[in-house]
Amino acid sequence: MEMARTMTETKAVGASSTEAPKFKIKMSGRGVNVHYGAKHALKTVDIDIRENQVTAFIGPSGCGKSTFLRCLNRMNDTIDACKVSGDLKLDKQDIYDKSIDVVQLRARVGMVFQKANPFPKSIYENIVYGPKIHGLATGKQELDEIVEKSLRGAGLWNEVKDRLLDSGTGLSGGQQQRLCIARAIAVSPEVILMDEPCSALDPIATAHVEELIDELKSKYTIVIVTHNMQQAARVSQRTAFFHLGVLVEEDDTANIFTNPRDERTQGYITGRYG
Amino acid sequence: MTDATADNSPAGPLNSSEYARRLKKRHDAEWRFRAYGLGAIFIGLAFLVTLLWTIVSEGAPAFLQSEIRLNVTFDKAEIDPTGTGNIEDIMKADYAVMVRQALREQLANVGNDRAARAAAHRLLSSGADLQAREIVLKDRTAIGQKREIWLIADGDVDSFLKGSISRDTPEDRRRISNQQIAWIEKLQAEGRLKSRFNTTIFTRGASANPEMAGVGVAALGSFMMLVITVLLALPIGVAAAIYLEEFAPKNRFTDLIEVNINNLAAVPSIVFGILGLAVFINFFGLPRSAPVVGGLVLTLMSLPTIIIATRAALKAVPPSIRDAALGLGASKMQAIFHHVLPLAMPGILTGTILALAHALGETAPLLMIGMVAFVVDYPGGPLDPATALPVQIYMWSNLPERGFIARTSAAIMILLGFLLVMNALAIWLRTKFERRW
Repeated sequence: MEMARTMTETKAVGASSTEAPKFKIKMSGRGVNVHYGAKHALKTVDIDIRENQVTAFIGPSGCGKSTFLRCLNRMNDTIDACKVSGDLKLDKQDIYDKSIDVVQLRARVGMVFQKANPFPKSIYENIVYGPKIHGLATGKQELDEIVEKSLRGAGLWNEVKDRLLDSGTGLSGGQQQRLCIARAIAVSPEVILMDEPCSALDPIATAHVEELIDELKSKYTIVIVTHNMQQAARVSQRTAFFHLGVLVEEDDTANIFTNPRDERTQGYITGRYG
Repeated sequence: MTDATADNSPAGPLNSSEYARRLKKRHDAEWRFRAYGLGAIFIGLAFLVTLLWTIVSEGAPAFLQSEIRLNVTFDKAEIDPTGTGNIEDIMKADYAVMVRQALREQLANVGNDRAARAAAHRLLSSGADLQAREIVLKDRTAIGQKREIWLIADGDVDSFLKGSISRDTPEDRRRISNQQIAWIEKLQAEGRLKSRFNTTIFTRGASANPEMAGVGVAALGSFMMLVITVLLALPIGVAAAIYLEEFAPKNRFTDLIEVNINNLAAVPSIVFGILGLAVFINFFGLPRSAPVVGGLVLTLMSLPTIIIATRAALKAVPPSIRDAALGLGASKMQAIFHHVLPLAMPGILTGTILALAHALGETAPLLMIGMVAFVVDYPGGPLDPATALPVQIYMWSNLPERGFIARTSAAIMILLGFLLVMNALAIWLRTKFERRW
């Protein structure tokens, strides 16, 4: 923990010393409001998500962080009562615009869920499903390459390369979650959303996934929702704190954890509530 | 502390004798409840055993049939006078004369008295000539030859041999005369009258003579109806269920549809029969007694059950699978057809087969659309007159002859056999398609 903190601090210092911002904005939200029926779940959220960085959403249960995450690839569309308003942009394109095809959006913005949910099919089929439906590969050889690349990318290749045709549901919990990550990156998304990916994993599997997130950020923009503040401190460069549907504060992770501007953030990270 | 545990003094409420008494009461209540459950199961089993025993003991004799082995001369002059094998001549020929002649030759002592000859002829089923004709139709070389064939004995002979007609009854009140009994004993002694396995009951259709009656035609009618029902009800029911469960907006209108589907599942089946009569026969002008109408009516009847079962199966698929597919960018339809439907398949198939099994045993709606018909010949297609297994059972149960009483139970056994096979299929499909997630 101490180690992680000093690391992020030095990183933050490095970032502030360079004058011109070295990051691009990948996704942004302006005045985003979400209603579940009568419930006002998210209140006027403004946020920028930087490319090739890990952004962590933290906050107590029911604060709206998962809701906002699910707005980013429009998974909320599946809930009838959910109404989203405001501007949400991916590469300056409004993702709630009528001209946007949600199928294509979800290919560009992949998602990993809280509970590992591999299809009850073979490991191989789990990986190739995405590329197949999007027509990203033709022929067995290309698919084989995608499977190997994705599984290597998710750090799972060495463990499963001899049993690709075994059921994906037969893997351990941590392996299943990495399989889900491999499945997500097989479609070559630009952004990966992770909704508490480690909450059902033991500490060793969690460490595996966290290492993986750190490696993935060179290629993908990652947004992760977590209950675990240490995890946010370890893996993220930017942290956003949500409370009661309001985005209270969003800053460099180091600043959030060492020098929060808002009292509520201070209270949450020091464990006074949450 | 140690003192308290040593002398077990009632220190707290959980150690009091009052508590021990209540605890015993709780255990007693549980024991009583188990006894009730066990009792209920035994009562149910007793009813089941009684039912099966009644049916089997009544019906088993019908699977044996008395037959007489005779040397029949297939008279060329009668069957094929022109020598060209003209099918009309073969069909028209009087085979009864030939089989009766063979019987008289075998009995040897019938004489020329008309009454005696008639009594002898009654030993054979009136369908024996049909059997003789079928032999010629199958094998033309028999014409002009003498062949040894098994012919079905009359129903009364069968009843006598099975002990339903007693020798002790005075002759004038018995359906079999003393002379006939003498002939029967002679034929038995010669090994020419035997109980053989009854194939007639499986292959033939309706007949006024119990020994010539079978469920074959009715089974084919039932099969045609079931095929029509599967072909219509499965796709329509599954498609409706998928739409309602996955695509339809949740509003008042869809709520109304849901309530109505649930109510339809509880509508008495005879109402569907009246509907079929009014719509398919009177309005669309489809023929009466036809399997196509029966199939349509059974489709209407099975639809609610299939829709409800399919919706339940779809609901039971964990939402995480849908999320996984949608999160990868699958369209809603892809997510459903690639992932949700295969996982729901065992439930859908089980529900469908149970609905079909129910449809197979359905009688009332078929009575309304004229399936209660005397059908002797196999239907050539779904528009031909046909009847169904349960309807056949119903019709036989109305007949007084001893042979039909046995056949009623035998037909019930055959119907139960079909139902068992279908239920076994449902279980097999469920285990085969079951996947864990």
